[in-house]
Amino acid sequence: MKPGPFDYIAPAALPEALRLLSDTERDGKVLAGGQSLIPMLNMRLARPELLVDITRIPELDRLGVDADGALRIGASVRQSTVAADPAVRAGWPLLAAAVERIGHPQIRNRGTVCGSLVHHDPAAELPAVALALDARFTVARAGGSRTVPAGDFFRGTFTTDVEPEEIVTEAVVPPLRAGTGWAFRELAQRRGDFAAVGLAVLLRADGAAVGSARLVYCGVGGTPVRVPEAEQALVGREFGAASRSDAARAVGAVLDPPGDVHASARWRREAAEVLLARALTEAWERTT
Amino acid sequence: MNVGTGPRRAQQPPLPEPTAWHEVSLTVNGEPVAAQVESRLLLSDLLRQRLGLTGTHVGCEHGVCGACTVLMDGVPVRSCLTLAVQAAGADVRTVEGLAGDGEPLGPVQRAFHEQHGMQCGFCTPGFVMTCTALTGRAERPDEETVADELSGHLCRCTGYQNIRAAVRQALDESFGPQEAE
Repeated sequence: MKPGPFDYIAPAALPEALRLLSDTERDGKVLAGGQSLIPMLNMRLARPELLVDITRIPELDRLGVDADGALRIGASVRQSTVAADPAVRAGWPLLAAAVERIGHPQIRNRGTVCGSLVHHDPAAELPAVALALDARFTVARAGGSRTVPAGDFFRGTFTTDVEPEEIVTEAVVPPLRAGTGWAFRELAQRRGDFAAVGLAVLLRADGAAVGSARLVYCGVGGTPVRVPEAEQALVGREFGAASRSDAARAVGAVLDPPGDVHASARWRREAAEVLLARALTEAWERTT
Repeated sequence: MNVGTGPRRAQQPPLPEPTAWHEVSLTVNGEPVAAQVESRLLLSDLLRQRLGLTGTHVGCEHGVCGACTVLMDGVPVRSCLTLAVQAAGADVRTVEGLAGDGEPLGPVQRAFHEQHGMQCGFCTPGFVMTCTALTGRAERPDEETVADELSGHLCRCTGYQNIRAAVRQALDESFGPQEAE
């Protein structure tokens, strides 16, 4: 359980990091917190020739709210920093709650938010939350950068829109409209384990009815799965047991989760329906 | 640990290999350390094999068990999921940084002793370092935070109850007795 040999460079500036990654002679990989990459190195599931450590680049360590009210999370900002940040807790409580479900505190003290998003484990919490919150990503390469919305970012299991020579320099999360209710729920065998099923919910109230709804699951497919059919079962109707069970039925009909050693497909589908009822109730209570 | 001036020199690496080497400087238990390390050397192996600090235990080597937990710049991290080169410039504390042989036990060590917070002792260095970080916080962490922090450690002997009691005692000593809930 020791990594194979590789070269390691920790550049002090972004252009240098991008130049190293665009070197086609060597198979380079970005290292930030390393809490997913280093286990893969230890097990030799990953054998890069060069690690480019981006945590010594000052501009990537920024966390703050910009002039448009959006949260900007730099590529090397640790998960524990984000979860503890007062502005995040006040303005993006769904994000803070999901981050606190990642692994254990000892992992979150090293792991980064952007790293988890780029790693894109299908069981990971943050891709689902990024999709629910309409986040976007700034993706830099030598000579330029582009912006990718979360909807186009997650391609498949462990695969995102990011090319090997690119670096996600920040995740940008728009502000939540005032009065939006939220919930994050997941089922795992033990606290800190990978979730078998997880769910992010955003609800807006329109009187006694649901004004808008956003439901995104993790752990039920190769990418985060939004369920518009269930959202439509809620919107425009009075919130209550009837609309909740219609939404759960839509989830059961639409989801096609995988079965594996952790949970069967049938268990995941049932768990997804149960989580939905709990998360909807919780999110509705938080609407104002 | 050492007598004389200058940083303590780490042992030379056992086998030279054709890959990148780095000269790193860091602080381990308050002492400056300089070492030539291979890129792929884990912090846990720098501590154990090159510095002889075998108090940090290595269990699973993929971040699950928590036995290798050390403090890096004051916060608990997995030393098996940290490369030695990533620790350049960092302040690392291991279980050897607590009270040593012949010295009176520190509050966390004493709590684990008095509450029987261990049996075989394999997981103990990790628990003790996480608990040390908890006692060093600005405010007393609540029970849920304590449970979350301890969830990052596996113990196969105790059933955790005595470990919880030990952490409670250490926190009582640092922050005063907890108010009844």
